[in-house]
Amino acid sequence: MKPSRINGRPLDLRNGRIDLTHGAGGSATAQLIAELFAPHFDRGDNVWLRQGNDQAILPPMNGRLAFSTDCHVVTPLFFPGGDIGTLAVNGTVNDLAMGGAQPLYLSAGFILEEGLPLGDLLRITQSMAEAAVTAGVRVVAGDTKVVERGKADGLFITTAGVGVVPDGVELDGARARSGDAVIVSGHLGDHGMAILSQREALVFDSPIKSDCAALNGLVAHMLEHCRSLRLLRDPTRGGLANTLNELCRQSGVGMSISEAALPVRPAVRAACEFFGLDPLYLANEGKLVAVCAAEDAVALVQTMRSHPLGRDAAVIGEVCTDDHAFVRMTTPFGGERLLDWLHGEMLPRIC
Amino acid sequence: MKYVDDFRRGDVAWALAQSIHAEIQPGRRYRLMEFCGGHTHAIARYGLTSLLPDSIELIHGPGCPVCVLPIGRIDSAIALVKEHAVTLCTYGDVLRVPASGGVSLFHARAEGADVRMVYSVTDALELARREPEREVAFFGLGFETTTPPTAVALLAARDEGLRNFSVYCNHVLTPPAMNHLLQDGVDLLDGFIGPSHVSTVIGAAPYRAVAARYRKPIVIAGFEPIDVLQAVYMLVRQINEGRAEVQNQFTRAVTEQGNLRAQDYMAQTLQRRDSFEWRGLGSVPSSALAIRPEFADWDAERRYDMHTSAVADSAACACGDILRGLKKPSDCKVFGTACTPTTPIGACMVSSEGACAAYHQYGRFLRKMPSKPVTAMETA
Repeated sequence: MKPSRINGRPLDLRNGRIDLTHGAGGSATAQLIAELFAPHFDRGDNVWLRQGNDQAILPPMNGRLAFSTDCHVVTPLFFPGGDIGTLAVNGTVNDLAMGGAQPLYLSAGFILEEGLPLGDLLRITQSMAEAAVTAGVRVVAGDTKVVERGKADGLFITTAGVGVVPDGVELDGARARSGDAVIVSGHLGDHGMAILSQREALVFDSPIKSDCAALNGLVAHMLEHCRSLRLLRDPTRGGLANTLNELCRQSGVGMSISEAALPVRPAVRAACEFFGLDPLYLANEGKLVAVCAAEDAVALVQTMRSHPLGRDAAVIGEVCTDDHAFVRMTTPFGGERLLDWLHGEMLPRIC
Repeated sequence: MKYVDDFRRGDVAWALAQSIHAEIQPGRRYRLMEFCGGHTHAIARYGLTSLLPDSIELIHGPGCPVCVLPIGRIDSAIALVKEHAVTLCTYGDVLRVPASGGVSLFHARAEGADVRMVYSVTDALELARREPEREVAFFGLGFETTTPPTAVALLAARDEGLRNFSVYCNHVLTPPAMNHLLQDGVDLLDGFIGPSHVSTVIGAAPYRAVAARYRKPIVIAGFEPIDVLQAVYMLVRQINEGRAEVQNQFTRAVTEQGNLRAQDYMAQTLQRRDSFEWRGLGSVPSSALAIRPEFADWDAERRYDMHTSAVADSAACACGDILRGLKKPSDCKVFGTACTPTTPIGACMVSSEGACAAYHQYGRFLRKMPSKPVTAMETA
């Protein structure tokens, strides 16, 4: 028997707003969960969420567990190519996938700001549910808190997730070796520029969409075909430049990257020129960096290109020995320069 | 992007570099100062030094807006925002510049001061319009490139009767600074790569007096690597032939008279200060702009009775000598050790246009660059 409605009237998803009662743990909280979150996260087959306990008790998993968490704050909440909901799901899915794991279950924590339109929350919840279906994961646990107006930027979402790493898969940021090939899965800087183009102060007509996507499908495809895959990393905050520097430090190697080989859309490059920014420091939300043995690089790129999320994959350089763990970049101009960490905030130049 | 890519072609650069090598006279030194940080950035980013003969020395000048801003002016801005409950809007680079005690506007912001990064003065103006109860001050700085927008904002504020908006004016002027550099050390330089964006505003004409007085050639150049190499070639030829002319390599954007409308806006709203303190250069006469008395209501210095005291730079930092071209960033004791882009001691390490930041970001510990010509530029 279906229990009766918690409150007399249903949530006003068109004009309603989050208020402090939605976070008080009483009937308004229960109604928010029952009418807004549950119908989207449980489309009839999410028995773990439906248990309704303080925890989801999951079936035994066969293999090593991968576990990760990711916090999401973004302005604006909605942007071309996605919203904070798609980011929250794909962020954790991708963190798991970079370890070669098959992502299975997520939790989602919401910090909602008083005054957030319920319609926005609904849209974001729908995006999360769709992203979860696309990635093949279930949202099995969650929590909601409400903070006073002015104490959060609309909403913040934290997701955590678990997945299983198949036997024989050993991906590790410390495994890059001199001579290995460095590969990226596609165009760089799309997400960062899509967000920038939507910021209040920077409104310009832009065809640039966020690349936000779940990469576990691409990763499974790569693992199936490439035995010498050493490591994967998604170049999110700080962009490609930071990710390569992280990997060099972790593996105790250097890298030599060819600027001419880096896939960057002309629109992103042009916008970067305009603002004095560098696309290699812009965030990506649907791209990965892979390192594999040099002899397998061409085949791996071909494999990646046969997957929709790896269509523009390219070898961008190689791993080398370097005591300083520097990333060097040969420019199409005939010079070589350092590709450094991002220092502080990425700030536009004045002149 | 096609348009810009043509000015970054490796094969053209190589050919130009060959022409420069052919032009060099044995035993002669060519000490060329690029005034602008934009040029410094291009030189470092594209590794242009590696393409040039050893007898050409590129000296990095003081044309980086945040680098030449003295500590005292930033101290005053921090005091303004803390003591007067003002919302201070400014360009991103400025936020990180360390002022007295290593405190920057970023630190002030973390302590609760309302400091906001804007991309243009119009964003500050818009904030003042939208929130009339908020006092909005714009920290205006930069050379003649960023001055006209500040002037337009002052005119708009007056015309609209916008009472909650003001400007803390720190705009500085290029020709007086060049003059000062030559006056101080005429024998240290053989020529200037002249400003790019600044010259689109002021034109080529204002440099003529400097070139004639000190007998130094000036070639106005664009910010792309090919522009810089071509300007070097033109300077080498002038030096060889004993000429000291103002030449314009950046003809696609710079005219003899410049942008007359922009100049008119500046003249209506701003006037020269008797002198202004530059970080590294000291006090330079007639080198900066203040807001005209007719616009006193929008002048933050008058409205909030701001005072600036001179503050000495850190003793360990060689920014002063670097800004005058007396030292290279790598000559500074704290470069890359105590002073990095994350923990800058001097302003040259803050802005990506600063010589130290450019050296640090693009060049530290690199082996001699290979100078092999490469043709392709398209990356996408």
